[in-house]
Amino acid sequence: MTNAVLTGLVLGGMYALIAMGLTLQYGVARIMNLSYGEFLIGAAFASYWLFTGWALNPLAGLAFVIPVSFGISYLLYRVLLTPLVRRARTRDALEVDSILATFGMMFIVQGIMLTMFGGAYFSYSFLAVPVTIVGEVLALNRLIAFGLAVVVGLALYLTLTRTRIGTSIRAVAVDPIAAQLVAIDVTRTSALAFALGGALVASAGVLISMFLTFSATSGVVFTMKALIVVVMGGVGNLLGCLVAGLALGLSEALVATFIDPGLTLAVNFALFLGVLLVKPAGIFGRAQR
Amino acid sequence: MVSAVKRLAAGLLAVVGAASVGWDGAAEAQTSVKIGYAISRTGPAAGGAAVTTIPNYELWVKEVNAGGGLKLGDKRVPIEVVQYDDRSSAEEAAKALERLITQDKVDFILPPWGTGLNLAVGPILNKAGYPHIASTAVTDRAPELAKRWPNSFWLLGTSADAAKTLVELLVKLRTEGKIGDTVAMASIADGFGIDLSGAARPALTAAKFKLAYDKTYPVGTQDLSPIINEVKALNPDVFIAFSYPPDTIAITEQSRISGFNPKIFYTGVGTAFPLFKQKFGANAEGVMGIGGWNGDSPAIKDYLARHKASAANGAEPDRWASAVTYAGLQMLQQAIERVGKVDRAAVINDLQSGTFDTVIGKVKLENNMPTKYWWVGQWQDGEFYGVGPSGNEGARAPVVPKPAWKAQ
Repeated sequence: MTNAVLTGLVLGGMYALIAMGLTLQYGVARIMNLSYGEFLIGAAFASYWLFTGWALNPLAGLAFVIPVSFGISYLLYRVLLTPLVRRARTRDALEVDSILATFGMMFIVQGIMLTMFGGAYFSYSFLAVPVTIVGEVLALNRLIAFGLAVVVGLALYLTLTRTRIGTSIRAVAVDPIAAQLVAIDVTRTSALAFALGGALVASAGVLISMFLTFSATSGVVFTMKALIVVVMGGVGNLLGCLVAGLALGLSEALVATFIDPGLTLAVNFALFLGVLLVKPAGIFGRAQR
Repeated sequence: MVSAVKRLAAGLLAVVGAASVGWDGAAEAQTSVKIGYAISRTGPAAGGAAVTTIPNYELWVKEVNAGGGLKLGDKRVPIEVVQYDDRSSAEEAAKALERLITQDKVDFILPPWGTGLNLAVGPILNKAGYPHIASTAVTDRAPELAKRWPNSFWLLGTSADAAKTLVELLVKLRTEGKIGDTVAMASIADGFGIDLSGAARPALTAAKFKLAYDKTYPVGTQDLSPIINEVKALNPDVFIAFSYPPDTIAITEQSRISGFNPKIFYTGVGTAFPLFKQKFGANAEGVMGIGGWNGDSPAIKDYLARHKASAANGAEPDRWASAVTYAGLQMLQQAIERVGKVDRAAVINDLQSGTFDTVIGKVKLENNMPTKYWWVGQWQDGEFYGVGPSGNEGARAPVVPKPAWKAQ
């Protein structure tokens, strides 16, 4: 039992970590980023390259990967997505446009990675050592990913609720038109949220590359998982992300241990559907209009 | 990276070139042999194709052209390649092959990667009368398909045979008193895992093994530790996982971390990949898996060296279907050269009846399938040697019990 719970928490933390960036990009910047998983894999490759080529510890590599991906995401928003934002008359129109644009971007990013690294599987070992917690053995690298998910989630939550910039980000998430009335620069704030999401997904990519086998084409799996977590937790809500991620991870581990590992996917989707039936806007989501 | 860009450019040029010279090619004397293929450069099958298939196609074309080309009668004719990305989709693969046949009018077609895609393109190649050398497809329907499509050759065998060989090896080891009779089995709920576990289950029961654990898990499961923890608590002598590459890595890693070290530790597709050795190093020692090759044979050693020299970043071949894929290309080449012209029916005929000298030894097909396969391999001293069937030439004795995991 303890083991299943611990495994579930660690897995759930990973899901939450994967999804937090998307909730910012989708919830605040209103960009439904279909190339999200590709950026995660891109960061995983960066980490692989730094680790195998330069013997740089992936955790230290974060110091390099996070600012770079923040910059890239910021530029992407300013150059590629701002015209779409300007053109869109409604939020729904922007959502459709951004889906199409980022769908194209998915192929570009994937193509670049395929050209650089080829289509083969990649994996490396870092901190794959056993740690014993309340008598149960867990992998240290997974534990670190879980810890960082919790830390990052709480830090971002506090930033969003306790600081001025956080408040303006939330204002944009709630109503970008009204936010302008109180002198919030909506474009800048959206770009910031999008770039922050990009930095988050990159850190997730670095962390999971320590224990998952990945290839240039495995990004879509993560986009899907992130989307499920985001929608389930309530779009734009970081705590929702954490709760939904942990719920999915726990249910998966409990079912795998006590019923059958073959039913984990079924349970994931049953939980997802169940939440949406009771709360269509997600666990922490507020119904709009 | 530079070479990757060059390859991309060369590929584009080849496609453009093929399109522009297509109209005048047929009438003139044979100045090149056009070989076409659609391969998964993107999508879920790209990982397998990139390791097993693409480097071998490129190596073979490079070597043949460096030697002047294919020998047709008394002159040598270079190979010209036309290739597409099938995006890991059966529909795309079918479309690409139709295009290769009707528009590009290629002389021969190389097969796609994987069981599913080979099954999908089978009817097209059969209808158009092209030889179909399926070297990365494992299916129980192979004997039946070989009868239905006489142009198709199934070099990798059937999953029933794979499971049977594994169980035979286990029975032998039990008779020698090296293992007991508790077996735990986990398998992926997808084509290959279903086939293999479906064949292994009755074979294990018939051999009076006790199946203490027998569960499946879905594709894309990101944490397999619940399975490993439960299996570890059962303390089986034998652990079998019919897994796909990412899970093969994850299962091995998790077992090492949990200290689960059964006497026989067997994982599925991916165990034979160079990635496995690179990732686990000395911890790969003693791990068994599907595939294997005669690592001591000079032909294989030579092939390994040539593959490393040719592939991007010095990548090594996998120790199962890579050598078979390359052997399939050698067979095609020898058949074409024996026929001496682009006569596909005659080449099919020669493939059915001829004897071929390949990196995996002498091959003579019976009912369009080889008579010998490697089904169980084991990492020993940094090489993945074939250990089963034990009657194969070059089969090594299995190291049992598996040595303990080393701390990293």
